[in-house]
Amino acid sequence: MCLAIPVQVKEVLPDHMAKVTLDGVSKIVSTALVDDVRPGDYLVLHVGYALAKIDPEEAERTLALIREAAAMGDAA
Amino acid sequence: MKYIDEYRDGRLAKDIARQIAALADPGRSYHFMEFCGGHTHAISRYGLEDLLPANVRMIHGPGCPVCVLPIGRIDAAIALAMRPEITLCTYGDLMRVPGSNGSSLLKAKAAGADIRMVYSTLDALRIAEAELEREVVFFAIGFETTTPPTALALKAAIAKGLGNFSIFCNHVLTPAAIQNILESPDVRKLGTIKIDGFVGPAHVSTVIGTEPYEFFAGEFQKPVVVAGFEPLDVIQAILMLVRQVNDGRHEVENQYIRAVTALGNEKAQAEVANFFELRESFEWRGLGEVPYGALRLRPQYVAYDAEKRFSMVTPAAKDNPACACGAILRGVRRPTDCKLFGTVCTPDTPMGSCMVSSEGACAAHWTYGRFRERARQVDVGRAVA
Repeated sequence: MCLAIPVQVKEVLPDHMAKVTLDGVSKIVSTALVDDVRPGDYLVLHVGYALAKIDPEEAERTLALIREAAAMGDAA
Repeated sequence: MKYIDEYRDGRLAKDIARQIAALADPGRSYHFMEFCGGHTHAISRYGLEDLLPANVRMIHGPGCPVCVLPIGRIDAAIALAMRPEITLCTYGDLMRVPGSNGSSLLKAKAAGADIRMVYSTLDALRIAEAELEREVVFFAIGFETTTPPTALALKAAIAKGLGNFSIFCNHVLTPAAIQNILESPDVRKLGTIKIDGFVGPAHVSTVIGTEPYEFFAGEFQKPVVVAGFEPLDVIQAILMLVRQVNDGRHEVENQYIRAVTALGNEKAQAEVANFFELRESFEWRGLGEVPYGALRLRPQYVAYDAEKRFSMVTPAAKDNPACACGAILRGVRRPTDCKLFGTVCTPDTPMGSCMVSSEGACAAHWTYGRFRERARQVDVGRAVA
């Protein structure tokens, strides 16, 4: 119910709407809750509304931390 | 799929699990509650519990809005939907939730009620615009993630002058429920369980931020790690919780930095505040009356409030006494402890709400967990033989 999915913006449409895709599936969604949406952005999508933008740098930082923790586990 | 697949690397998950095992003090046990049904689902689906050392255990909390909706609210919605002028729109999860005497929205639909499953409040609005002669009621449910979409639908209905659109509001709040788990009077009745920390729901925090948990972590001295829903997100959060417990810390940490900030989505919060206010008390299935645990429409929007507009009554209704959903939602009992589990209660014939939503603890265990248990029994059998 409360699960959201990451989608990529393909096209910004009028009235705070956008065309997004997830693995090739297209959908028209509302971007009224998020500012400055641009094509190429990744959004957290839930019940037809974008709730947040995904920050690519922070996403990379999380992966780096996960790899770091995994490397320590590997050594353990 | 970007931002999904890279967080599902099983090899990395095993390495992190080894790190958890190395850090977990063998002289103590660690009990963490994942509050959100999305985490319960991920933990079951990816078998994360099998990766954890025996002294680190996950307890499934009440964080599924469908599971915590009391039976009386379903009965009220069914009674409304049976009225000839009403079109009831709702998210798919609600359709099979059992009401009283084996009723459900799905059965009411089969009996002729105009009930339509929608993916989004945008769909409900479209129906109201297209069918002006119908009274279109949106059965609104969910935690902080689904509330802003309901607020925006209301805003759009007002802007478009849609007089035939209204909302049956059942939106609930996460921090209030977490607090209730630790301090409500029912704890004495149902028993209590040891909880050393919480995995907080990331998608809720995209809206409310991590800040609402600060008071909670300080007041109850329990660490909270707000975590994403992919398996690596969850296992990283467990590692972060083990570290906090070992250090004697009780802080709010953010694992989902890729989309969650301390303050959350302030635009969404403002839209919610415009249209909703706190209910002093709201019944949650399994948790009883939760003070300030839910929202209702502000009085100035009474014309859009289905409860007022159609004089809806919420009948007092009791769950099947054999159903252990209440204790399961609190983490006091496990799905397999319920005598209905897997006999009369399955996802095809759910008796209690924990079996209805795929994010419910019982449905997650039925779909994934029981096969693990069977595999373990076979292994033990082989070892004995």
